[in-house]
Amino acid sequence: MIPAAFEYHRPKDLAGVLSILEEHGDDARVLAGGHSLIPMMKLRMADVPHLIDLQNIEGLDGIEIDGDTIRLGAMVTQSDLIDNAALSEIAPILKEAALQIADPQVRYMGTIGGNVANGDPGNDMPGLMQCLDATFSLLGPDGSRDVEAREFYEAAYMTAREDEEILTGVTLSAPKGGYAYEKQKRKIGDYATAAAAVQIVKENGACVSASIAMTNLSDTPVYSEAAGNALVGTAVDDAAIKAAVAAMLQDIDPTEDNRGPVAFKKHVAGVILQRAISRAWSRA
Amino acid sequence: MSDKMHIKLKVNGKDEEFLAEPRELLIYTLRERLNITGPHIGCETSHCGACTVTIDGKSVKSCTMFVAQADGADITTIEGIGDADSLHPLQMAFKEHHGLQCGYCTPGMITRATKLLEENPNPTEEEIRFGMAGNICRCTGYQNIVKSIQAAASEMNAAKEAAE
Repeated sequence: MIPAAFEYHRPKDLAGVLSILEEHGDDARVLAGGHSLIPMMKLRMADVPHLIDLQNIEGLDGIEIDGDTIRLGAMVTQSDLIDNAALSEIAPILKEAALQIADPQVRYMGTIGGNVANGDPGNDMPGLMQCLDATFSLLGPDGSRDVEAREFYEAAYMTAREDEEILTGVTLSAPKGGYAYEKQKRKIGDYATAAAAVQIVKENGACVSASIAMTNLSDTPVYSEAAGNALVGTAVDDAAIKAAVAAMLQDIDPTEDNRGPVAFKKHVAGVILQRAISRAWSRA
Repeated sequence: MSDKMHIKLKVNGKDEEFLAEPRELLIYTLRERLNITGPHIGCETSHCGACTVTIDGKSVKSCTMFVAQADGADITTIEGIGDADSLHPLQMAFKEHHGLQCGYCTPGMITRATKLLEENPNPTEEEIRFGMAGNICRCTGYQNIVKSIQAAASEMNAAKEAAE
């Protein structure tokens, strides 16, 4: 497989990235781990006349934990997320989800920034970041701005990021309570048939808050506020879980593909969410 | 359209310098430019792991990296792990425990396994299966690959203890 020719850039700082983006607009794309973009280029489904490799940009690969605030640089890899003991302590759902992404070789290369910025509905981190109410930092010619993960995704591969902007990092508060990232896939390395991210806070035997987001069940990740609300005030018994699943099913919009017809995907989404809620509750 | 780039690599300890189009995939650089044909092309779509090499300490599928990205990198392929006269313990174990049949996946398997054992010198069967999940074998059913890696781990740990 031979991708179309391109001009390769490896700038040393973000100013260098921005000036190439400004000059070439949507003819230029940034490359992080490359494990989404390079396959698309090989298939000639992505045409990238100017490829901007971020590997030499300093300060994009840090994991910073400051009290309750976690900041992940865009070039932090899935394998960095898995190996960082302090991060696993404060936000174990990140490791649980990262371990379910692709395979070891891909996890050494694949980055959090690429995973959330690409806008592929099959990627796991966007749904997780919506569950955790994370914020994405974008840097453009007019400076930086923050966009909430729950506001970032518009359609498949369409996001709030402008062509001349680069996503530099992800900020989130340390998640509270019990957690689970549950994913059904046909084989290791596959995208989810359905996946669910759940964080639940329990006080005196009752659920006081719950956040639920689903992956690969619409053309964007789906944050289901109604599903979370269905659990609040309950003891997360079977009836409450059933209500949460019913609410989630109203929010997703899966399409038929090689992972199955719509009815099957809805069925799997229900099973996966029920498992994720039960596991999160047992850890709360 | 695109100009050739001046590329410098270190492959199996040897410095290499050449001109290449940035779009050249690293697996082709290794196989066709440098005649390092241990890493194989299985699927060419980042699924099978036959092209796995070690780049700056990471197991990487070399079909999913442009040579331009690898400029300046230190690369190890199966050729840098052992040879016919001095097999690596993993190579010896794959031979002894029938960890291969057709052998097509084996260079990628062993290259990945060297890194796995470096990170986890005493893996359980489950850890081996999970850590080797990026490499596909269509012959063995994996059972003997797991056995081979376990045997190599014991051998390497024993040799390490003896040396201490």
